[in-house]
Amino acid sequence: MIIAEKKPIEEIIREVEAYDRILVLGCNECVTVCEAGGKKEVEVLASVLRMNFMAQDREKTIDERTLERQCDHEYLEEIRDVIDQYDAVISLACGVGVQFAAEKYMTTPVLPGVNTVCLGANEDRGLWTERCQACGSCVLARTGGICPVSRCAKRVLNGPCGGSTNGKCEISKDTDCAWQLIIDRLKALGKMDDYEIVAPVKDWSTDRAGGPRTVTREDVKI
Amino acid sequence: MSEYVSDSRLERVLKAGHLGVTSECGPPRGSDPEEIKKKGMLIKDYVDAVNVTDNQTAMTRMSSLAACVHLKLLGIEPVLQMVTRDRNRVALQSDILGAASFDISNMLCLSGDHQSFGDCAQGQNVHDLDSMQLVQTVRYMRDEGKFLGGDDIKRPPRLFVGAAANPFADPFEIRVPRLAKKIACGAEFIQTQCIYNIDKFKEWMRRASDRGLTEKVFIMAGMTPMKSVGMAKYMKNKVPGMDVPDEIIQRLAGVEKKHQAQEGIQICVEHIQELKEVPGIAGFHIMAIEWEEKVPEIVEKSGLYPRPEV
Repeated sequence: MIIAEKKPIEEIIREVEAYDRILVLGCNECVTVCEAGGKKEVEVLASVLRMNFMAQDREKTIDERTLERQCDHEYLEEIRDVIDQYDAVISLACGVGVQFAAEKYMTTPVLPGVNTVCLGANEDRGLWTERCQACGSCVLARTGGICPVSRCAKRVLNGPCGGSTNGKCEISKDTDCAWQLIIDRLKALGKMDDYEIVAPVKDWSTDRAGGPRTVTREDVKI
Repeated sequence: MSEYVSDSRLERVLKAGHLGVTSECGPPRGSDPEEIKKKGMLIKDYVDAVNVTDNQTAMTRMSSLAACVHLKLLGIEPVLQMVTRDRNRVALQSDILGAASFDISNMLCLSGDHQSFGDCAQGQNVHDLDSMQLVQTVRYMRDEGKFLGGDDIKRPPRLFVGAAANPFADPFEIRVPRLAKKIACGAEFIQTQCIYNIDKFKEWMRRASDRGLTEKVFIMAGMTPMKSVGMAKYMKNKVPGMDVPDEIIQRLAGVEKKHQAQEGIQICVEHIQELKEVPGIAGFHIMAIEWEEKVPEIVEKSGLYPRPEV
């Protein structure tokens, strides 16, 4: 899923300072699961904003709403009849949701309430870690199911580099060396011979290098 | 057709069966060329070629290519180091041609230290290619006379192509397979990480030799003299992928501070003499970090001077 984390409250307050009627808009999908932008976080942020402005004796309307998804026309339409009541929306969805809302409601400022971090997994309670960078051309079949693009700091496709120590990456003792993980897994699979297959120069045109990406499926178009 | 792939002196020395000697110079953190020229002149007659580092430890410096040209103009043979951290395939191929236009004849392909170690920790890295793919790229340009995109190159580069190997990084068991992979990609010479753990290095060499790899590539053993016990501890604890046995630290700690540098040189010389006897060793890459003036002494004491005429 998409992993996000809450923006610092000071930054959000600075962004909404000029507005009097604010809608805090949550999303029921990824950001709910990673506890950054679901109904619960909407409640907390709205309360903090109310308290902050109350302490300054400023009267503001802070409303709350959480949609099923913000990356879908269908659900974003649910606020069409109320959007004009607000001077600004703080979207707690990932960057996709913020943009989709902004595109739909052209005259209302839509501000991000979270930082979108990565595509990752919920590794442990309170711990989310990156697993994919959406390079558009998956290499996992050749790397024991461990991704060197997202998990190696140098995205080395023929690793490990010389900085791997005790299974950890040179950038931090807290970061696993992706190539150590790949080798451990190849060993477990009895496929260590695959290690010596050279990964050729990668076509990055399916990555962000190729510009904004689209997926078109004629078979599901209406 | 010539049996040589380049006009490299290093290539001729190694192919003639002599023990090759290379050293390295780091370009300055400024635009004054005198510093790199001075470093080069200190070691000119004691080595076959001089590696010029490419923004080592991710600190912004004068470009490796420009510094190589300064050395070349003094009659010193450079080894152009190129990392894949900072340039994409367009820039890498372009710099390879630029180097070849100055008849620079050696290149070492590296991935480079992560930028978080350097002065631009907030910068992007590139890593369009990795070090093995860079080896493949330069071999393709040289041998096929083509760009990666498939177009012909007018006057293809003639470069003797090297790669690095760290016999000590983890996991140890893939260190030899990794060397095999670099050779399969086209590496013609290897310069290793600094060697302090002689036993482990010999084990790596034995395994490489068992696989026939020492017949396919020239392995130059990397040597860095310790200036002090402090440096030895730093190398052990702070430098990724470095293996410094405690006995080295104890030996340096056992002499007075003012004699530690000389002890460091002595250890380096002893290691070179010991490794000269190891089957498959093709030469030595002496990296005296900001201590270039000691290279002549190390080369002489190790019995590697004078350098052969080729």
